[in-house]
Amino acid sequence: MVDHTVKAFTEQLEALSSSVAQMGGLAEAQLADAIEAIARRDTARAEAVVGGDRRVDELQQKIEEQAMKLLALRQPMAVDLRETLAAIKTASELERIGDLAKNIAKRAIVLNQEPPIRLTQSLARMGGQALAQLKLVLDAYSDRDAESAEMVWKQDGEIDEMYNSLFRELLTYMMEDPRTIGLCTHLLFIAKNMERAGDHCTNIAEVIYHMVTGGQLATDRPKADLTSQTSVPFTKKE
Amino acid sequence: MASISGFLAGLRRVIWAAAAGLLVGGAVIAWFGTTGLWFIALAIAAAAVAASIAAQKVPPRQADAGDGPESKLPVLTPLHRELLEQLPDPLMLIDAEERVISANRAMRDVVGIDVERKRVSALLRTPAVLEALSRTFATGETASVEYVARVPVERHYQVFTARIGMMPTVAMLLMHDLTAVKRTEQMRVDFVANASHELRTPLAAVAGFIETLKGPAKDDKAAREKFLDIMSVEAERMRRLIEDLLSLTRIELNEHVPPRGEISLDGVVRQAAAALAPLAKADNITILVDAAENLPNVTGERDELVQLFQNLIHNAIKYGRSNGQVTISLRQTSATGRRGQEPMVCVAVKDDGEGIPPEAIPRLTERFYRVDVKRSRERGGTGLGLAIVKHIVNRHGGRMQIESRLGEGSTFTITIPAARKAADALVTELL
Repeated sequence: MVDHTVKAFTEQLEALSSSVAQMGGLAEAQLADAIEAIARRDTARAEAVVGGDRRVDELQQKIEEQAMKLLALRQPMAVDLRETLAAIKTASELERIGDLAKNIAKRAIVLNQEPPIRLTQSLARMGGQALAQLKLVLDAYSDRDAESAEMVWKQDGEIDEMYNSLFRELLTYMMEDPRTIGLCTHLLFIAKNMERAGDHCTNIAEVIYHMVTGGQLATDRPKADLTSQTSVPFTKKE
Repeated sequence: MASISGFLAGLRRVIWAAAAGLLVGGAVIAWFGTTGLWFIALAIAAAAVAASIAAQKVPPRQADAGDGPESKLPVLTPLHRELLEQLPDPLMLIDAEERVISANRAMRDVVGIDVERKRVSALLRTPAVLEALSRTFATGETASVEYVARVPVERHYQVFTARIGMMPTVAMLLMHDLTAVKRTEQMRVDFVANASHELRTPLAAVAGFIETLKGPAKDDKAAREKFLDIMSVEAERMRRLIEDLLSLTRIELNEHVPPRGEISLDGVVRQAAAALAPLAKADNITILVDAAENLPNVTGERDELVQLFQNLIHNAIKYGRSNGQVTISLRQTSATGRRGQEPMVCVAVKDDGEGIPPEAIPRLTERFYRVDVKRSRERGGTGLGLAIVKHIVNRHGGRMQIESRLGEGSTFTITIPAARKAADALVTELL
């Protein structure tokens, strides 16, 4: 961070980015707990995640207030301005990730009342990928590292491919045995939520890239989510 | 406290100086009029400038403590500092603003280099850790919470925070590695779950045949021969499965322990290829090793790396075209990590089989995932080969990339960091 003549300005900027890091940590913990709740069939943990989302929202409000004060009182320029805007944008992406974690946790509570299904382990693995992306992008934010942000941005395709694969498998399950439709729909939404969490990480990566370099990452990200065009032909099992 | 009394003393000095100035000024005006006052003022100003220059030349009291943020610490002798530096457990000292004063070598392995003056929240974001730290600062109580680092390899720590100084306020944050304990716990659960699930089918088959042989097919010689053949195939399958499960478990247990040996990947690949040559010959497949010259060595466990490449080459033979070719190429590349640019060795194992459907690629390393269950069973696969590969790659701090086109074949690329100099090694590597 660049030093300013007014020391309080530097301190306010640092406090802002520290709040964002803190919020990132909270979102990370929420997502990790939600995934753990699925993998270990831990309903108590899932309930804790649902209750904990409020804290993420509170932190987002705090960050917005801090940023607003900075904009109003200090009129930041250049990298300072980008940093302030990046804090606001990152906070709103993190808030969305928090919401997704909460939704996953809610569905985990329902899942845990049903008999265990092997596919939840694949789902937890996909969640692990999303979590790794979130961790890397938050590290990039703390280190002000455009290069790793770009790497996160490029890696999102892996989560999308995983999602494609799970999507197909779940559709096949539902066709084979209509009794699983209720359960599989929840699994499908959980997978979608994880995929969305990955997308939010790429958004944060774009924000970081802009904050550090002032430039933009290319607008067309390598997209690999094909589920909106996927259909699995119905085959009757003997 | 020290700063407040210092400030009061300074204030008193200023007031005395002002009073003296007024007295002298008044006397001068009374004796010489205003012109004299200007001369006197000029002389005082010159004296003040000279005094301030002289004051700057005096070395600060703690100049010998270095000019980093550590100089804030009143007494930390070189011996103490070296002691903290060499401690095998990650440790950092934190000031009242929750900024890092210093981090020892083991801690730098966890949070990265150049962390001095950074806020703790930028390094360890976990809410539980930050809450424990601020509680310690506020109340002086020690706290102990769990911290999980998930990337690149899952590690569990117990984090202790304690306030160790009041003037200035300093807290320490010490981490204790619990990964081994957690992994042992997890391994037991996973092993039982996997073994019971995967062994059930072949075991049921064997039990069924035994029952038939004891009962209805007791004196049927032809059936007995046939059943015994099937039973031996199933028994063989169970044996392989248990072998793979055991080796997966062993590798998983050690995944967080960095490898020690320094070896040449070229030799490892050739050894793995030689071991599989008879198998390749049976399918009339040629194995071609194409290594670049002057490849750097890598840090790695020889046995694990041989197993890694054996699994990959075995897959390439199993799923390759008959009369086909398996090409293994070794190249040097580089990648940027948190420690800057690092040289890597990259090995690509390419087959010319029918390829893997794109939706299966991301899930290949999942244990017991099979693209085609029937075919994998026929070929004697356990569904664990690539899971083992993935864990070995993780342990070596490498990456695996899978590319495949239907009808053209698949390429598995493994990238492993080149061996570091001992001075740059991670602390855990040296333990």
